[in-house]
Amino acid sequence: MTFSHRHLLGIEHLAPSDITAVLDLADTYADLNRQPQKHGDALAGMTQINMFFENSTRTQASFELAGMRLGADVMNMSMQTSSVKKGETLIDTAMTLNAMHPDLLVVRHPSSGAVDLLAQKVNCAVLNAGDGRHEHPTQALLDALTIRRAKGRLHRLNIAICGDIAHSRVARSNILLLGKMENRIRLIGPPTLMPSGIGEFGVEVFEDMNEGLRDVDVVMMLRLQKERMDGGFIPSEREYYFRYGLDSEKLGMAKEDAIVMHPGPMNRGVEIDGTLADDINRSVIQDQVEMGVAVRMAAMDLLARNLRQRTAA
Amino acid sequence: MTTLFKNARLIDPEAGSDEHGALLVRDGKILAYGEESEILKDIDRAGLDIVECNGKCLAPGIVDIGVKVCEPGERHKESYRSAGLAAAAGGVTTMVTRPDTTPAIDTPEVLEFVRRRANEAAPVNVLPMAALTKAREGREMTEISFLMDAGAVAFTDCDNVIRDTKVFSRALTYARSCGALVIAHPQEPGLSKGAAATSGKFASLRGLPTVSPMAERMGLDRDIALIEMTGARYHADQITTARALPALERAKKNGLDITAGVSIHHLTLNELDVADYRTFFKIKPPLRAEDDRLAVIEAVASGLIDIISSMHTPQDEESKRRPFEEAASGAVALETLLPAALRLYHSGQLSLPQLFRAMSLNPARRLGLDSGRLSQGAPADLVLFDANVPFVLDRYTLHSKSQNTPFDGARLQGRVLATYVAGQPVYRRD
Repeated sequence: MTFSHRHLLGIEHLAPSDITAVLDLADTYADLNRQPQKHGDALAGMTQINMFFENSTRTQASFELAGMRLGADVMNMSMQTSSVKKGETLIDTAMTLNAMHPDLLVVRHPSSGAVDLLAQKVNCAVLNAGDGRHEHPTQALLDALTIRRAKGRLHRLNIAICGDIAHSRVARSNILLLGKMENRIRLIGPPTLMPSGIGEFGVEVFEDMNEGLRDVDVVMMLRLQKERMDGGFIPSEREYYFRYGLDSEKLGMAKEDAIVMHPGPMNRGVEIDGTLADDINRSVIQDQVEMGVAVRMAAMDLLARNLRQRTAA
Repeated sequence: MTTLFKNARLIDPEAGSDEHGALLVRDGKILAYGEESEILKDIDRAGLDIVECNGKCLAPGIVDIGVKVCEPGERHKESYRSAGLAAAAGGVTTMVTRPDTTPAIDTPEVLEFVRRRANEAAPVNVLPMAALTKAREGREMTEISFLMDAGAVAFTDCDNVIRDTKVFSRALTYARSCGALVIAHPQEPGLSKGAAATSGKFASLRGLPTVSPMAERMGLDRDIALIEMTGARYHADQITTARALPALERAKKNGLDITAGVSIHHLTLNELDVADYRTFFKIKPPLRAEDDRLAVIEAVASGLIDIISSMHTPQDEESKRRPFEEAASGAVALETLLPAALRLYHSGQLSLPQLFRAMSLNPARRLGLDSGRLSQGAPADLVLFDANVPFVLDRYTLHSKSQNTPFDGARLQGRVLATYVAGQPVYRRD
C-alpha cells in the first residue's frame, strides 16, 4: 500500500501504484457492500462535508453513502442556495468551513481548478468530485475498477471513449488513468467536440465511429450535454445519434465480449440506444454505479489513514 | 547646474553601441556623452556635480506604453503616486497610461483630472492616452481633437476590440485627419470570447476555455486592411504569436504606418508557467506556446516588433484569488520590466542596445518624444542599473499597491540603481 497523498484532486498526480492501491481496497469494499452488514469504522468520528456548487444526484449520493458506511458524520451542503449566491468568494467559504474542522471535504465546482484552489486553503483532506472540464478522479477510478472486474485486468486493453471529449472531465481523468495503466486509448467523436492539442495526448483519434470501434475491448460513452445539442457544436440530436450514437450495429465492430460503459445520467436515443444500455450481457452501467460507492469508500479510507498519521506525528 | 555621470557603461540604442564613457547633463538635458576627456574639454570642472557610475550601465530611461493606473475608479489597486514610485524604481521615466479606468478616460474633462493627479503625485513623466470610442464601447468616437489639445498622446480602447468595422474605420479616418496615433488590440473577438488560455495540449489538460493563436492574426489582418483603407497611424499593442508576424512584415513592407509591441511577459514566460492554475500568470492575451515566445523574441531582435511594454495591470488579491476562469487578467510589471528583460540579455537573445531600442527609443519615437535616446539636447531621462546582480524577487517589496506579479520568488539578474528624470534623481537604491 503506497497511497501517500493528502488530497485526491485528480488522476494527474497519481502513480500507477496509487491507482492499484485504491482499486485493491475498493475491491474489498465492493464485497463488503454486498453483505447485509455493511458497516465499517474507517471514518468513525470523522466529519465529511459534501459541497456541491453544481447539481448532482448520483455522485453526491454515492459519496454520502460511502461516508456513512464507513461511520463518518456526513453533511451535505448545496452551495447553489447558500451564501455563495450572496457574493461570498470560494476562499471565504473554504475558510469558514475549515474553521468547523471537517476531516473530509468533497467538492464539486463548475470552474476548472476551483477544487485545487480550495484545497490550498484548508487543513482537511479534499476530494475532487468534478471541477469544470478538468478532472473527475473518482469517476475514472470507478470506471477502472469496473473494467478490471469485467476484464480481469487493467492493462493492454483497447478502450474507446466516445462523444463530447472537449467538455468532459470524465474523459480527461479516464485518458490520464487508462494511459498510466498502459492501455491503448481511442477517442471517437466529431471534431467540434475534441479538445485542442489532442494529437499530443498519446491517443488515437477517430471521426468515424465504426472505424474507431473496430476490435475494442471497452466502449465508454460520454453524456452529451443538452445545451451543446442544437447547432453550436453538432447540427442536431438526430444527426448525432445517427453518426455517434451507440447501437448494436456499431457495437458489432467491437470485440464480441466488449463491454459498454456510461458515466450517467444517460440520454437514451442520443448517445446510446436504450435497449443496449439495458443489455446485461454487454452493459456494465449498473456495475459502475455499484463500484462508485466502493471506490469512494476506498479513497476516503486511504486519505483518512494519512490524515490520522499526520495528526499523530 | 552641470552633472557628470562618469565611469559608465553607456547603452546607446540609436547608435547600437555599448561602450565605456561618461555623460554630461546640463539644465535637465544631455549636453554631451562619450570619452570623459573629450566631453570635458571646454567645461569648467569646478562646480561640476559628479555621479560615479562604477562601470555600471547608463541607458535612456524606459518609455512604457500601456501602463494601467487605476485612477479614477479603483485607487485601492494603484494610484498615480504608487505607480509613479514603482516606475521610478523600475527605471521607467515616462509612463504612457491607459484609459481603461472607471469611468474610461474619454472626455477632455476626465483627461484634465488625470493629468492634474499625475503631475501632483508621480515623480516620473506621465503621458495619458485616451479612449478611441466613448466608454470604450465601440460605438461612437471620442472628441479626438479636443483630447489631443488636452494632452492625449494616443487613442485606444485597450483590450476592447471594436467589433463594428464601420465604426472603427470611421474612427481611424478621423484620427488620421487629426494626426492621432491609434493603438489597438489585435484579436478576433468572437473566437477569443471567454478564453482563459491558449489552445493546445496544456490548456486542454487543465480544462480551460481556450482561444486559438490564430485569433490574433485574424484581428491583425482586419486591422491592416483598415489601415490600408484609411491611412491611419496604427500601433498593435501586443503581437504574441508566430502566425501574426508575416502579416506584420508585409504591412510594413507595403509602407503602412504600423508598429507593433509585445509585453515583457510574453517574451519571458509561456503557457506552461500557469502550472496548477496560478492566476498571477493569467494575462491578456493568454501566455503562448514556447515556439511563439521564441519567434516573438526573434522579431524584437530583427526590429519587426518595435516596442516592449510592461502592460502593467494592477489587480487586488480579491480579484486574483479565484478559480482561474473567473480570476481577473493582468500583472504588475513596472518594477520587473527591466530585470525580466535582462533575462533575454543574459540568455544571449538580445543585446542591451536592442533592449533599449525596444523599451526607450522606439516608443519615444512612435509618440514623437525627444526622450528615449542618448543624444545632445535630449531630456536627461536616464536609468543607471547593474545588469548582473542576482536577486530573488519578493513581491511584497514592490512599490505598487497591487502585488500581482508572476515573478514572485523568481530568480532575476540585474536591477536598477538610480533613475533620473530631467537630470534629477527620482529613485536611488540604497
